Amino acid sequence: MPTSEIAVSLRVGTLSWRLRLRGVAITVFGLAVLALLMALNMRIGDIEMTVAEVIAGTFDQNSPAHFIIMELRLPRALTGALVGAALALSGAIIQSIARNPLASPEILGVTTGASVMVVAGVVASGSVYGGTSGLLATLGIPALSLLGGLIGAAVVYGLAWRRGLDGYRLVLVGIGVAAVFTNVKFWLLTVGDVNDTARAMVWISGSLNGRGWEHVMPTALALAVLVPLTLLGTRSLDALRFSDDTVTSLGVRTNLARALMILAAVLLAAVATASAGPIAFVALASPQIALRLARSGQPPLLCSAVIGGVLTTAADLIARTAFSPLELPVGIVTAVLGAPYLIHLIWRARK
Amino acid sequence: MSPEVRLQATDVKLGYGDRIVVDGLDLGVEAGTVTTIIGPNGCGKSTLLRALGRLLKPQGGEVLLDGKRIDKIPTREVAKILGVLPQAPTAPEGLTVADLVARGRHPHQTWYRQWSSDDEGAVAAALDMTGLADLAERPLDELSGGQRQRAWISMALAQGTDLLLLDEPTTFLDLAHQVEVLELVRHLHQEAGRTVVMVLHDLNLAARYADRLVAMRSGKVIAVGSPHEVLTEELLGEVFELDAKVIEDPVAGTPLVVPIRPRSH
Repeated sequence: MPTSEIAVSLRVGTLSWRLRLRGVAITVFGLAVLALLMALNMRIGDIEMTVAEVIAGTFDQNSPAHFIIMELRLPRALTGALVGAALALSGAIIQSIARNPLASPEILGVTTGASVMVVAGVVASGSVYGGTSGLLATLGIPALSLLGGLIGAAVVYGLAWRRGLDGYRLVLVGIGVAAVFTNVKFWLLTVGDVNDTARAMVWISGSLNGRGWEHVMPTALALAVLVPLTLLGTRSLDALRFSDDTVTSLGVRTNLARALMILAAVLLAAVATASAGPIAFVALASPQIALRLARSGQPPLLCSAVIGGVLTTAADLIARTAFSPLELPVGIVTAVLGAPYLIHLIWRARK
Repeated sequence: MSPEVRLQATDVKLGYGDRIVVDGLDLGVEAGTVTTIIGPNGCGKSTLLRALGRLLKPQGGEVLLDGKRIDKIPTREVAKILGVLPQAPTAPEGLTVADLVARGRHPHQTWYRQWSSDDEGAVAAALDMTGLADLAERPLDELSGGQRQRAWISMALAQGTDLLLLDEPTTFLDLAHQVEVLELVRHLHQEAGRTVVMVLHDLNLAARYADRLVAMRSGKVIAVGSPHEVLTEELLGEVFELDAKVIEDPVAGTPLVVPIRPRSH
């Protein structure tokens, strides 16, 4: 794979940066595409709107479209973009640390841990305590998901740690734990009441249906804190691609740097999953798509995040409109959309 | 006046978990010398080198760098004084020589100073010194073993340290490339006054390119001294369990080991 990067040096006094032009260009272009897709998402739906109606709906509180734009379509689209960005960023970090393009938050036990916890919660509380199910649907599920994701990650991290953390062992332990969690999840689904498990299934597939500002805010807050921190860690992450002895000899506190970056990846994935369920494939494919488009040696963090937002937003647009009025869970579309594109990029690189 | 000691291991106990490889070892590395550690497989040579380069924390005793405990100095500060080239290092796929060598600047960089003119100059100088300037844009995987090893040494040079620890820098290389790498090490030492500690397997090359030899067996230092003092027929028997004849190297005048047979137990 060609990794020749055209980089320009930017120097101001004692400050200096190295900008990889292609990565910057792809990031800016991706943001433009994202804006376009978001705008389309505002217009298209059960009630089609013109651009003028969308603008009126956004800024004029008395407009009939105000509720549809500001309470239904915008929060949903923002949740999708933010969740996609968080998942992609998480995937980019994990793939760099595991030195493995197949690694994703699923490997860290986050998404599978969240799934088990949510299904357990839904099955346990559903029809037996009918009264709590309403509360569970609005408040409980994100909290359960967050808790399950963090527990899952702690289990994987604890089992993989042995006088340090080895990327290869992390992937193997992660796959094993994910298999166990997945089977526990299926077992819970078989013992649960049919109505409860049907609700749980929608969440497991990853859905943006009915997402409001209460889903936008936690994800936005998490990204606002974690994105700058991970970008500060980019250089350590870049060094971590080498074997541990090399990394340490270059003056990186190897285990600390790796632990902090994994913690950031876990939090990003856990928050995203809490908002929208385990949306498949975004965390796996976005960093690899970004890496190939930017032609860099490792998944570029910011560029991956933007690609993740684009992929999820495009998938949601299709999920809402393709089989209208029937709506697909977005997680199904991300896989159908992302996989062929990634295969295309890999296939083109082989030639 | 005794020469300045840059690295000092005192009564170190080294191992991995419960498996102790080195126990109660003392060794000092003097400024401006090439020290080469020799010994049979599994004697703890690489373990000792990793401890000297703070890649392995001693379970007992201490390692001093310029008189200070190396584990008390921030690892980034250590990286500005001491460069380590681990055994058979691996690089990410597709990385170019220039990218690899640029990585050596890591300890000198921060998020707001990512690529200063100092960095650029040090990388260019390191590529020049190792004769890789023409190959700078080539991916590492396309180079020969000798060129690749020179690229790794070049990275350690770009780090700008005057202490270099090299763990078997000639492994997997044919004889011509082994000599090529060791000539580079000698050049670094003679022209730039760097202090070098390395682990080598080939006794004859070790004798030719080292000021001081350290012979180890079972985690203990058996002998330290000039190649003439260390490489004796008696010591080869004791350390390597090898019957051998030691003659004078007709080219360099250093001891030349001619093996006869392994000693039977």
